Amino acid sequence: MPAVGLPHFLTIGAILFSLGLFAIITRRNAVMLLMGIELILNAANVNLVAFSRYSTAGTSLMMTGQIASLFVIVLAACEAAVALAIVLNIYKRFSTINVDEVDMLRD
Amino acid sequence: MYDFLFYTFALITVLPAFVVVFARNIAHSAFSLMFTLFGVAGLYVMLGADFVGVSQLLIYVGGILVLFLFGMMLTANIDQLREEQPPMARQLGAVFVGAAMLAMLTMAVWGIPAWRNATPRMLPNDAQTTSTIGTLFMGDFALLFIASSIAILVALVGAAMIARADGFSSEDASTRM
Repeated sequence: MPAVGLPHFLTIGAILFSLGLFAIITRRNAVMLLMGIELILNAANVNLVAFSRYSTAGTSLMMTGQIASLFVIVLAACEAAVALAIVLNIYKRFSTINVDEVDMLRD
Repeated sequence: MYDFLFYTFALITVLPAFVVVFARNIAHSAFSLMFTLFGVAGLYVMLGADFVGVSQLLIYVGGILVLFLFGMMLTANIDQLREEQPPMARQLGAVFVGAAMLAMLTMAVWGIPAWRNATPRMLPNDAQTTSTIGTLFMGDFALLFIASSIAILVALVGAAMIARADGFSSEDASTRM
């Protein structure tokens, strides 16, 4: 394998993405599901920053990937806060956060 | 040296990610997620994005992970701390989907010559990422910056209202407008 290049970073993003996908499908604790979502967001961020470093589109676009990843980090924080508030409410209502057992809307 | 550091951070990122996904004890999952986030921050620094790496540490490890730990603490059933395995059909399906996704992404990543032969942009020795990001936030990306601050405000107020101790119902939201 030659020196570390762009595909190496993208492969790490791919591995994190598929692990997060597996966690979302398999895990039944709602907080574990949110951790899978955070893994997927981190994978996308790694891709963004890697492309920002390895892109050849001119020096004016050097920082766009990093700025996009900063926004993704910020929005991931917001989404984690709101999702955990919802999880707390579900726990208060159903006394469980097993996502398989919270199925009142299912017919 | 760069390769050695890259593989070190790659291992720090990927191995705890396996623990996050496959561990039976959810506290083990949460703490290995911390290692994964540290590894990703190290990868950011290796890519020359030092400001993004440090803000990843501040926000993800110091904020979101602590939020998850609080969430696990407040929603813990004693018999739920060890999660039992989901049915085998769902596990096999998840393994198939994850493996297929990984295969597709890896083939796409290694199969494009422009990506495989991409050379990193040479950064000057005194590359000022922080001041450049600050200038861009106040200049080209000012609208996104202010919009994201509104999004943070909405998320803050919304989460505080949803997770109120005395309960939250839709009548509360509409009458307190």
